Amino acid sequence: MSRARGSDVKQAGAPVAVSRWNHAASAAVASSAVAVVILALVPYFAGGPAEQPLITLLTFVAMASLWNLLAGFSGLTSFGQHAYIGLGAYALYLLASHGVNPLPGILLAAAVAAVISLPVSALVLRLSGGYFAIATLVVASVFQIAATLSPSVGGTTGVSVPGLAGYGPVLREALIYWATLAVAVASVAGVYLLVRRTFGLDARAVGSDPVAAASLGVRVGRIRRVAYLVAAGGAGAVGALIAMQTLYVEPTSVFNVQYSVYMLFMVLIGGIGTIEGPVIGALVLFGLQEALSSYGAWYLVIVGGLAVAATLAASHGLWGLASDRFGWSLFPVGYRVRGPR
Amino acid sequence: MTWLNAVIQGLLLGGQYALIACGLSLAFGVMRIVNLAHGDLAICGAYLGLVLSTALGVPVWVTLPLLLPAAFCAGLALQALLFGRALQHGALAPVLVTFGLSVMIENLLQVAATSDPRGLNGGTLALASFRIGSRITVSWLFMTAFLTACAVLSCLQLLLSRTAWGRKVRATADDVDTARLVGIRVRPLFATVAGIAVATAALAGVFIGTIGTFDPFAGANSLIFAFEAVVIGGIGSLWGTLVGGMALGVTQVVVGQVNEAYSVLAVHLLFLAVLAVRPAGLFTGHQTAREAPGALG
Repeated sequence: MSRARGSDVKQAGAPVAVSRWNHAASAAVASSAVAVVILALVPYFAGGPAEQPLITLLTFVAMASLWNLLAGFSGLTSFGQHAYIGLGAYALYLLASHGVNPLPGILLAAAVAAVISLPVSALVLRLSGGYFAIATLVVASVFQIAATLSPSVGGTTGVSVPGLAGYGPVLREALIYWATLAVAVASVAGVYLLVRRTFGLDARAVGSDPVAAASLGVRVGRIRRVAYLVAAGGAGAVGALIAMQTLYVEPTSVFNVQYSVYMLFMVLIGGIGTIEGPVIGALVLFGLQEALSSYGAWYLVIVGGLAVAATLAASHGLWGLASDRFGWSLFPVGYRVRGPR
Repeated sequence: MTWLNAVIQGLLLGGQYALIACGLSLAFGVMRIVNLAHGDLAICGAYLGLVLSTALGVPVWVTLPLLLPAAFCAGLALQALLFGRALQHGALAPVLVTFGLSVMIENLLQVAATSDPRGLNGGTLALASFRIGSRITVSWLFMTAFLTACAVLSCLQLLLSRTAWGRKVRATADDVDTARLVGIRVRPLFATVAGIAVATAALAGVFIGTIGTFDPFAGANSLIFAFEAVVIGGIGSLWGTLVGGMALGVTQVVVGQVNEAYSVLAVHLLFLAVLAVRPAGLFTGHQTAREAPGALG
């Protein structure tokens, strides 16, 4: 990481240190790599009982990171991301039923979702803020009704996904687990690498003030479209994974607004606009789901209350509280400027 | 004749959509807040109507003198506790907070009232109808809903254009900081606007519950239809919202006449088509939706 080293900028005669990388960040990347390797080995030493909950958790991590790219970095509060989860699930069914191996099928399903999101973005990005949010709900509803009205994908009753029928049960479960791990790691790392580029700076400018960003030459429309497309593709991959796990695709379950609600809650509780926050939010939601499973609908009331409280009292969630308190920055996306000594 | 009937029923249905939408429009126009819990607040109004009319043993209309002030106060409280604070946290926070509130309300209603569909006691009005010619029967309930929507829109329009309160609201909608400079107390003004928005939502909820049935999750659809009426009519135009609602209603009923399964899809596609061709809405002049104008009246 040679370009990440601190450099001294001469300004008004006094040296100002501008740095992005730090020792904590190196340690965080190294320990994340170790964690990923350990997670990848889980099927060998723990097997099925550990895989199931981890698949849920990793799906949460992927969904939260991708939604954070949209809302946290680009200011696009889409509550209709379940549109692309559903599309990914149906794309996987169509591919698998035409003999495509579901593992590469995940990538193709992501591509299908991204391609469909392009014309959709041309429409919904005409609106902003809350009206954009409701328009994304309309789009999700359109896809859901369209699936309901299509006999070729089973209409309201849905269809069975051929899935990984050629593999034994143990290997099948392990393959789904590895695929979920790969999608989760790709989502977190992909979002991190993307927002470290100029794109990230532009996106955050667009998110905080689109008019000011445009006046400085940022191509607002393009930034929003790229963020929407990447998030849609990622949601498509998540949808394909969900179809592989449940082996059944029906409109009301795959086009469920609950997915978008979870994305929102995880990101708000963990810390919107940070790399660490969505991962923490995924862990918290996963923990709360286990702890509050006996409370039925109260579960979402409590989690919703936490998310609203986080927005009003701690605008960068749990991670923001921790990093403000201790000065932590494990996955820095901005630059730190230290004044003259 | 069945087509003419469908068009008339659709126009009347449009009034209901406009009734939900006007509160949404008002709150956005003045406070720049899109209340994503607006539909759920309407459904809360329906449940409150159910509780009151069952407890008192009267048709739901009789409970309105209790219900509407309660809804107004709920609006004041929400503004003080949530919306006002959210507005201080930038443009994103109100969207996030109101969506969180929407999920909380839906699940609280689910806990309190189960997901059984409910209906409201509309008294004799619910069954009365009159005839136009020999073939067309119009329900007095639909007619009342439509006339109520027109009355609410007229009152809002008059309040905004003729009263001192309306002048303050319009000034604040144009520029909050300048309004403060000339001595307008913005916080109580916002509170009354939120109160009116929630009261109109609750009134709409009473009609939703009397005309059809409702359950804890019915608010999401009400919100979507209200929003589509707002965009089709042109953001910021109250009468445009009524016309937008009527366009939705006619589309829904006429397509439903052909095939019931396609009626909601047709409404959504009409909305997307308007968004593609005239994003500023069908009934506004030069403004564009992208600029999100707050012009009232």
